[in-house]
Amino acid sequence: MNPYIVLGLLLMAVLAVGAWQQKKKAHLYEISWGHQIRKTLTSRSFLLQLGGFVAFVVVWELTVKTFSLPWFSRLPGPWECLLEWLSPDPDYGISIYTEDYYTHIIYSTYRATTAFVLATLLGVPMGLLMGWSRKFYDYSYPLVELIRPIPPLAWVPLAILILPGDEPAVIFVTFLVAFFVTALNTLLGVESIDESYFRAARCLGADKRRLLFDVVLPGAMPFIFTGLQISMGAAWFSLVAGEMIAAQYGLGFLIWDSYSLIQYPVIVIGMATLGVIGWVSSAAVRSVGRKLMAWRERELYGS
Amino acid sequence: MNTPEAACRASEGAMSIRDVGKIYDPEGVHVVALKNCSLEIAAGEFVAIVGPSGCGKSTLLNTIAGFDGLTSGEILLDGEPLATVDKDPSPGPDRVVVFQHGALFPWKTVLENVTYGPVAQGAMSEEAANKRAQEMLSRVGLNDIETSYPGQLSSGMQRRVEIIRALINNPKVLLLDEPFRAMDTVTKSASHQYLLELYDATGKTIFFITHDLEEAIFLADKVLVMTTRPGYIKKTLQVNLPRPRQYSMLASEEFLAMKAQLVEAVHEEAVKAFEAGEREMA
Ligand SMILES: Nc1ncnc2c1ncn2[C@@H]1O[C@H](COP(=O)(O)OP(=O)(O)OP(=O)(O)O)[C@@H](O)[C@H]1O
Ligand SMILES: [Mg+2]
Repeated sequence: MNPYIVLGLLLMAVLAVGAWQQKKKAHLYEISWGHQIRKTLTSRSFLLQLGGFVAFVVVWELTVKTFSLPWFSRLPGPWECLLEWLSPDPDYGISIYTEDYYTHIIYSTYRATTAFVLATLLGVPMGLLMGWSRKFYDYSYPLVELIRPIPPLAWVPLAILILPGDEPAVIFVTFLVAFFVTALNTLLGVESIDESYFRAARCLGADKRRLLFDVVLPGAMPFIFTGLQISMGAAWFSLVAGEMIAAQYGLGFLIWDSYSLIQYPVIVIGMATLGVIGWVSSAAVRSVGRKLMAWRERELYGS
Repeated sequence: MNTPEAACRASEGAMSIRDVGKIYDPEGVHVVALKNCSLEIAAGEFVAIVGPSGCGKSTLLNTIAGFDGLTSGEILLDGEPLATVDKDPSPGPDRVVVFQHGALFPWKTVLENVTYGPVAQGAMSEEAANKRAQEMLSRVGLNDIETSYPGQLSSGMQRRVEIIRALINNPKVLLLDEPFRAMDTVTKSASHQYLLELYDATGKTIFFITHDLEEAIFLADKVLVMTTRPGYIKKTLQVNLPRPRQYSMLASEEFLAMKAQLVEAVHEEAVKAFEAGEREMA
């Protein structure tokens, strides 16, 4: 398939998503799709978003290609990268038509997801427990505060020594960052709960267990989900760093490898892919959060 | 809400507060919030407490509710010791609190909020509690909001739901800490109306804290003025207005005379509080 056709299809998909979002908001009014798309295209915020994007690409093109500024001259231009990305027969072997491209994506996604899920399963209970029990808080908080500032990459050598092989090491490093973000945000969430909810629940006859499930957990939920979004971002962040050091596949590896092999457009493809995946994963966490916190949604936006 | 008339009035919910003292942070800053505070509340009586800001009204309510221990004296409920120096009270469904800023759980629907008490205590099955809650809500005209979340309701409705959430437990005493403070005048007077209706219908003992002197007289059988910190009861005003209370009473000679007495008593304390370097007055 011709890259231009792919590009056209992509643009149409973006437009459709945009129109669909608008349509969801405007479900009360009977508005046709055509009207909706026209409205989306001409809406102020869409134009601004598009403007920002175009400006970025133009600056890129100007600095790298048109004027070829000294520091930028070796970088690939936007057009070149895009064509390579969409090419059925890419010069450097990586495009949306190659199997390798998806292998890297799947490896990275698998690692990030594993780390994120583990971090959530362990981090949320840890945070709840810290907020729940004064004893546990005193016991663990200093330790957490001491370990947390250690940058993830500093863990790589130890992780490789302790764990069998590179694969668990990379996941571990990713997990660690996500874990601390999740645990501390959960703790913050518990601390943010108004004392009167605890009092009201106790007045009404709730025991300790009920307080945990009926007050602590739902009360901390908004912070937990903010934490999960950050933790998702942090997971990708340290994953890519980890992959650059110790991995055979993955987008981080791809970017670093392409640098060594002087295949510069592939670097940009890897980066852009990370951007898209990062955005999608954050959006996914957000939408799960919205589902779980219907009460908050209605409160914030009215019924 | 068992009988339309207050048949159950005066059967339970009598409280004796005897020489209660409360010192916050005894080793450190040593804030004496209550000192030799004594008062008697008859079963089914509606008592309002007024006093300058920071005089210890909430502290007194918190010791009755069981959120806080006391450092001297004792509190009896129907002759049974509720809180003493040795026995830290714990909160329970016999003394339910309605809070100033509202404490409906925002993550539960109105119906889930109202049924929370009976279900948590295991006093009712969920179906029974639902049925009872629906009954009570519809009696105060709130039957179509059961599946709403508190955040979708007006402050007046929220407070009404919260009072129903308390009453469904059939408490001996209802403790209200400035429940209508942040409301506009219209919502406030509507709130007075339904609180009085509920009071007339249930005959519960009510302990009501407020800054608003008119509100205190209009609602209560007895208005107690607290001194500035350390707080104790300085003056007791018996309100003999007939029930049900009518808005026309607000303009009566009797009402105005009572209000004048209260204004004077509270003002005196507020000046003292001000001179003692305290914060803003009542
Ligand atoms: N946990 C605490 N530790 C120390 N001092 C406290 C504590 N809680 C309350 N106080 C102090 O005790 C005094 C009485 O407080 P309280 O909240 O009972 O006053 P209040 O009469 O309810 O005031 P307001 O009208 O402002 O609600 C105040 O001076 C307050 O600063
Ligand atoms: Mg108070």
